[in-house]
Amino acid sequence: MTVRRVRAWMFQALMILSLAISMGALVWLLVGTFVKGLPALDMKLFTNPPSSVPEEAGARPAILATLYIAVLVLLFSLPIGVATAIYLEEYARKERWYNRFLEVNIQNLAAVPAIVYGILGLAFIVRGIGVGRVLLAGGLILTLVVLPTVIISAREALRAVPDSIREGGYALGATRWQVISRQVLPASIPGIATGSILALSRALGETAPLLLIGALTYVAFDPTILGPFTALPVQIYTWVKLPDAGFQQLAAAAIIVLLAIVLGMNAVAIFLRSRFRQKW
Amino acid sequence: MTSIATSPIDNNELGEFGRSSADDGRGSSVVFEVSNLSVSYSGKLALQGVEIEVYKNFVTAFIGSSGCGKSTFIRCLNRMNDLVPGAVIEGTARYHGLDLYGPDVDPVEVRRRIGMVFQKPNPFPKSIYENVAFGPRVLRMKEGLDERIERSLRSAALWDEVKDRLGDNALGLSGGQQQRLCIARAIAVEPEVILMDEPASALDPISTSRIEDLIHELKRDYTIVIVTHNMQQAARVADMTAYFSVVTPEDGGSRHGVLVEYDRTAKMFTNPSDKRTEDYVSGRSA
Ligand SMILES: Nc1ncnc2c1ncn2[C@@H]1O[C@H](COP(=O)(O)OP(=O)(O)O)[C@@H](O)[C@H]1O
Ligand SMILES: [Mg+2]
Repeated sequence: MTVRRVRAWMFQALMILSLAISMGALVWLLVGTFVKGLPALDMKLFTNPPSSVPEEAGARPAILATLYIAVLVLLFSLPIGVATAIYLEEYARKERWYNRFLEVNIQNLAAVPAIVYGILGLAFIVRGIGVGRVLLAGGLILTLVVLPTVIISAREALRAVPDSIREGGYALGATRWQVISRQVLPASIPGIATGSILALSRALGETAPLLLIGALTYVAFDPTILGPFTALPVQIYTWVKLPDAGFQQLAAAAIIVLLAIVLGMNAVAIFLRSRFRQKW
Repeated sequence: MTSIATSPIDNNELGEFGRSSADDGRGSSVVFEVSNLSVSYSGKLALQGVEIEVYKNFVTAFIGSSGCGKSTFIRCLNRMNDLVPGAVIEGTARYHGLDLYGPDVDPVEVRRRIGMVFQKPNPFPKSIYENVAFGPRVLRMKEGLDERIERSLRSAALWDEVKDRLGDNALGLSGGQQQRLCIARAIAVEPEVILMDEPASALDPISTSRIEDLIHELKRDYTIVIVTHNMQQAARVADMTAYFSVVTPEDGGSRHGVLVEYDRTAKMFTNPSDKRTEDYVSGRSA
């Protein structure tokens, strides 16, 4: 065997090894979680509030709160994110310093760890404007977390619409806003939806910023937007900390629920992407 | 901004120049009157000193090798170059006497009257119906929309091929059909002028000849300006032909396009006045 072939072989072996390590870790985690969690995954988990008795405990308030937060985040981040993207892509003149400044900042904000948004939210949303430690505050903070990603993916979707479409609209006597609202935006909706859903599904697993602004670890009632709240990852975190094996099982079951929510959303995103992908 | 309709030229007058007048008016009136028009992109001169008159219900062809500014010029006639950052237009371009670049003129209004068809067919990623309906909708011509769409598709010689599938996505049509759809889309807003920038250059020979037949049909009702790199095509469809070419100034200025000669098509191809035109039409220069 020549040196080159040995090198090629070693390289391939290394790649397979690294793949095996990451897949192995994932499978091990999943199998462990399912083995532990499946016995506890029953209707009780969805109907009961948490309790100090593992056999009675469920995650209903947390599951509901996570769903509410998801809706709030989409409601807040989509209009703001899409409007920002439209401004940056369709209106902003790139030679102006403030537009470049905005762009660079949005890129950087996307890389800021979520807990920093938690600190910011605690200072400005919970205390500053006095929203309080309520579900709405959680929704607002996760909105901040996803916003840069939503803006970036919406810009990409807008940019993917070829200029010939814009020219076609202008040539018919349409105004800029008519071209954007009736041609460019509709053509980019699948891309925007895909990017936003992926951003949201990642944000829903965030625990730290919610803990920081005081998501409660024990909530025994259905959440309201302006009431105290917990969320699924916070509930998991709480249960995992408890020594009782029953709570460990509950935590695993709740992880399965969270995984199902996140994977379900990703599946929707992938479906949208493949179903509506535009071939120009 | 004021629209054309409220500018110095009164609306009725503009209207009379429109399709309503009879065939005998063909060529007798000037639609565009361009003088000393120059265009530069980000300070780089692309086209200099164009003087031309475009006549009503004529087909006027712009020919010349690529890069000589044909697209640049045709896009000045409906202010499409306004959309190109860094494009600067100097000189005057009058449309029925009205300065297209006058301070009170709204480019959106200009484009409502002067339609455009592009080199690469660019249907919207929507149904055939919605493609044609877009223009009338944004211009609030909503009455009789279905009839208007049928009429436009018939005028573009596309109706028989698509009448049973108006709801299908326009991107599923062939290239030639897409281009005729783009022509139908332009016709639907009843422009007076249709500008076509190499409308057939992306099409096969059969589709090309269908577009040429269509241009013959359309010139009864519209004034047509067509850019083409294909001299035979200009000879077949155009009443008037303008030859553009690139010049390299001796004083060391940058290469840019100029209008070399403009005359009746027959004369341009048989007995041109300018040596450069003769070389070009006889195939002796690029
Ligand atoms: N959007 C643009 N930005 C910068 N330069 C351009 C642009 N469009 C055309 N040009 C330049 O202007 C000149 C004329 O181009 P064009 O009008 O497209 O020629 P033609 O249509 O005759 O091939 C070329 O040198 C081209 O590079
Ligand atoms: Mg061109």
